[in-house]
Amino acid sequence: MTTPDNLKYTKSHEWVRQEGDGTVTIGVTFHAQEMLGDVVFIENPVVGRKVKQGDECGVIESVKAAADLYAPLSGEVVAANGELADAPEKVNQDPYAAWMFRLKPDNVAELAGLLDAVAYQKIAEAEK
Amino acid sequence: MSSELRKTPLHPAHLEAGAKLVEFAGWEMPLHYGSQVGEHHQVRRDAGMFDVSHMLAVDIRGADVRGFLRRLLANDVAKLVQPGEALYSCMLNHEGGVLDDLIVYFLAEDWFRVVVNAGTADKDVVWIDAQRAGAASRLEVSARRDLAIVAVQGPQARRKVWRALPQTRGASEPLAHFQAAAIGDMLVARTGYTGEDGFEIMLPAGRAVHLWNALKAQEVAPAGLGARDTLRLEAGMHLYGQDMDETVTPLESGLSWTVDLKTERDFIGRAALLAKPAVRQLLGLVLLGRGVMRSHQKVRCGGGAGAITSGGFSPTLHQSIALARVPQGIAAGDIVEVEVRGKWLRARTVKPPFVRNGKILVKA
Repeated sequence: MTTPDNLKYTKSHEWVRQEGDGTVTIGVTFHAQEMLGDVVFIENPVVGRKVKQGDECGVIESVKAAADLYAPLSGEVVAANGELADAPEKVNQDPYAAWMFRLKPDNVAELAGLLDAVAYQKIAEAEK
Repeated sequence: MSSELRKTPLHPAHLEAGAKLVEFAGWEMPLHYGSQVGEHHQVRRDAGMFDVSHMLAVDIRGADVRGFLRRLLANDVAKLVQPGEALYSCMLNHEGGVLDDLIVYFLAEDWFRVVVNAGTADKDVVWIDAQRAGAASRLEVSARRDLAIVAVQGPQARRKVWRALPQTRGASEPLAHFQAAAIGDMLVARTGYTGEDGFEIMLPAGRAVHLWNALKAQEVAPAGLGARDTLRLEAGMHLYGQDMDETVTPLESGLSWTVDLKTERDFIGRAALLAKPAVRQLLGLVLLGRGVMRSHQKVRCGGGAGAITSGGFSPTLHQSIALARVPQGIAAGDIVEVEVRGKWLRARTVKPPFVRNGKILVKA
């Protein structure tokens, strides 16, 4: 279950889950946290910020390196997971539960352009 | 991973333990065995073991080896009085730059051992060889690649070593810090690179796996290079190639305490050190906000500019800490700014170490 089938993915290692209320939830993949090592600090985008697909909108710092978080879709940030400020290790423990932020997409059709699990798994394996 | 990388005798044990392996100074070494932060805490709270067999023991033997080392090293081996005593020192070039930092062990009047860094080992042996002149030309310099080195560190480290190797207790229990005991063909030294108590054990490579497994049976957890780096940074210990190198002197690297300029002893680099007053210094930093300082980031302070030499996240302080080279005149307690990913963040200067023997020594 390192790449769940029900999610969409980006080349920059975010996962995207479509919610019933028209928003999407975003986090980083199992592969991403494995490459980073222990995550020690997360800077999420502020709620209300408008982002374009591909924008840098946050930072994940691990013991090893800093990585940018990119917006997988264009839209408005409607929530950020404040729990991770005090418990960044949750990203390592369960990367698909430790979500980073939620977006209200401008255009839900952009979702169809993201990677499915099979395509993302290939990218992740090529990087190992 | 490239098959050209060198492997230590413990390589199979690392594979078996599920290590994430990385290239380090031409060696394939464990970065961590699952969680770097977990291994860090394990060493601070209990005991962990590190394979440091990539480091090289170099034996220097012969008449007046002490005289040779008094010229070769910036610290003075005349301080080593009893066999088994050890000393931390820099080895300098003629310009006063740091060729390497090392520990030198006095084993017998005609036998000293230096343990040098992996990345500089080959170069060091060539340098040491080349410095032999006159009477010293008869000294024998031998690289002991036949030895493995295991560091066992943490508040419970010594007790667990004695359980794993009961026969070593008698000789190793009386050791003070920076003392070693030759026990059969092993050398057990009360030294380390973590700021915790413990031993560094040098032994024939063929017995390394046996020692590793015996320690594992005592619940000494393997720890990788990642934890080794955060532990040594918290302990305020320097990493060669980051905190100092051939282009800087020990006096600008927070290592004045290891350079003996009080006596007339003419060691390599002495004249250059005396001719060149230090204009920079190495200080510790504690970040006051959120973020992580990393090496090479710029530092802005009253006296001018500086740079982070080693930075990271301290698992013990839950905050980012660093060593930085800054102008003289900055004092512990001063506030400086560090450029972290495009933003200037405030940091407080402190006198390292940050952590020793499990205790935080600086204001977070």
